[in-house]
Amino acid sequence: MTAVEHRFGPYGGQYVPEMLMPALAELEDAWVAARDDPEFRAELDALLRDYVGRPSPLYEARRLSEAAGHRIFLKREDLNHTGAHKINNAIGQALLARRMGKRRIIAETGAGQHGVAAATACALLDLECIVYMGTEDMRRQKPNVERMGLLGARVEPVQAGARTLKEAVSAAIRDWVTNVETTHYIIGSCVGPAPYPALVRDLQRVIGDEARAQVLDAAGRLPDRVIACVGGGSNSIGVFTPFVADPDVELVGVEAAGEGIETGRHGAPLTAAGLPGVLHGAFSAVMQDEDGQILEAHSISAGLDYPGTGPEHAWLRDSGRARYVAITDAQALDAFALTARLEGIIPALESSHAIAWAVGNGPSELDLVCLSGRGDKDLAEALDHLSS
Amino acid sequence: MTGLERIAEAFESARADGRRAALMPYLMGGFPDLDTSRRIGLEYARAGADLIELGVPFSDPLADGPVIHAAATVALRARVKLPDVLSGVGRAIADEGVPVVVMCYANPILARGLDRFADSLLEVGASGLIVPDLPLEEAPAVLRACDERGLALVPLVAPTTPEDRLARIGAQARGFLYTVSLTGTTGERSGSLADGFAAVVSRAAACTEVPVAVGFGISTPEQAGAAAAAGADGVIVGSRLVRAAGEGPDPVAAVGVVMRELAAGLAGSAVG
Repeated sequence: MTAVEHRFGPYGGQYVPEMLMPALAELEDAWVAARDDPEFRAELDALLRDYVGRPSPLYEARRLSEAAGHRIFLKREDLNHTGAHKINNAIGQALLARRMGKRRIIAETGAGQHGVAAATACALLDLECIVYMGTEDMRRQKPNVERMGLLGARVEPVQAGARTLKEAVSAAIRDWVTNVETTHYIIGSCVGPAPYPALVRDLQRVIGDEARAQVLDAAGRLPDRVIACVGGGSNSIGVFTPFVADPDVELVGVEAAGEGIETGRHGAPLTAAGLPGVLHGAFSAVMQDEDGQILEAHSISAGLDYPGTGPEHAWLRDSGRARYVAITDAQALDAFALTARLEGIIPALESSHAIAWAVGNGPSELDLVCLSGRGDKDLAEALDHLSS
Repeated sequence: MTGLERIAEAFESARADGRRAALMPYLMGGFPDLDTSRRIGLEYARAGADLIELGVPFSDPLADGPVIHAAATVALRARVKLPDVLSGVGRAIADEGVPVVVMCYANPILARGLDRFADSLLEVGASGLIVPDLPLEEAPAVLRACDERGLALVPLVAPTTPEDRLARIGAQARGFLYTVSLTGTTGERSGSLADGFAAVVSRAAACTEVPVAVGFGISTPEQAGAAAAAGADGVIVGSRLVRAAGEGPDPVAAVGVVMRELAAGLAGSAVG
């Protein structure tokens, strides 16, 4: 038994080049020491409170609830500094990197939210920051590219493959293989080789810890369902974790059905439930062809445009503790527009998937939905589609 | 003869012939196209290869630099598949009497099924397997499947590998120990790597009974000679040859030129 989980059921592991193995061991040791160190904890908690703005509010969305026919509470991660849940992980890992004496930080980004979060944490802690981003995502998420530049990060364009998140992760891992002795890789989701899936979950569970207390306070009961979108799966694992031991709370992960699962143009490896495989260092649900070549994902939302997923989600699915469903591009766009109109909140296209499923599916009396990020970054893309 | 025995014999005959180290070229199966890659393999054999590493194209090759990554992408776009590489290229090389060690990432092996994959290596006469994203901790099942068939599962060690780990990897190495010469992905590096070679080779040799082959970043006869001088039993050259295979109108001739230069760099009488 390792101090940090390496496997979740059969999933997880460390399928990486030998060069990285010592760095993964170092990271695991550092995290085990840091998470139990009151000084580290105090510094992280103070930053989460004073800098990120935690706790984020839990808001009962009354008009959305009316439309859904049941109560919907939104966990407002969109109100965090930098506008998404990604900052919880980025700040934690940046503090850890500084503690390990690694002053060069690399990160990957799809939608740009994790890239902005990493760039922000590095500006705050005076660390060098390089963000790998596919050129297709740079086009879709231009404001975030500009934001990262302003924050002092260098954005490295990635031209390979479909020029989206999968290739950005691969490019970041190759950088890490080359510069491992000086560099920490702040991976943005609960994917990758151990200890990352557990580390990112530990840093994101603050979402669920807060939300559980808040919903008990506001509604006097636990929710029937906790619902969150799943790309790599970090906001969902964060909000799910404190509810796993509550048997009456259903956990629902919402993937991107893209143009429809049946078209093959989606980002829903858990829902499609094909043969599991190895991507980016972990054995998990993955989109692949019969030869084991990884397929390109597709989603209107750059943050869900990923053919893999966190290994703990694959195990939550197989063990029956969580269920995974998928929402199409069109359904997500409708929820994006609906939430803006009814609540005056513009959600990220990623989070719109979770809202769409909650609004459209019963039965439930009370849903807790993780509104993982704000949608400003998606305006151009969404308006383009909504007007066409 | 088992794959393990063929590999051992290749190192022995390189030594017996008075060469300074075995020459171990890499090729990407299906690059620039399937038939040309077969002819490249045969040219390697003619030009003095002691052992040939046959790459299976994979969509997400994390240990590879841009040259080999791009070659894999070309092969996949042409719909080259694992059985094509094994029976179309691997068998032809094995039939020439040069041991073939297949280099394949973990996922295509899992997708085919471990036993079925290992059986297909046997069928085409391959001698061993290298899985660049399968460290010690994840290797037991693959090692068992290879051992059962007399195939060599060749592990990698890196400059970052600590001593205790090196000992554990060296103890279960089969065929040879793939010693990564630098911290990085595959690809050519300019200048002399010689200072690094002595340290990595002596560290590797101290931890294992099998021959030590050095790879990653070696592209010139001088670098190959320096690796041999540092005590390497074998020298692996990849990206330089894959680059040659992608250039010019006659890839087979192009790799032949590079191979003969490398072979000269490892020829017997040079000062070692």
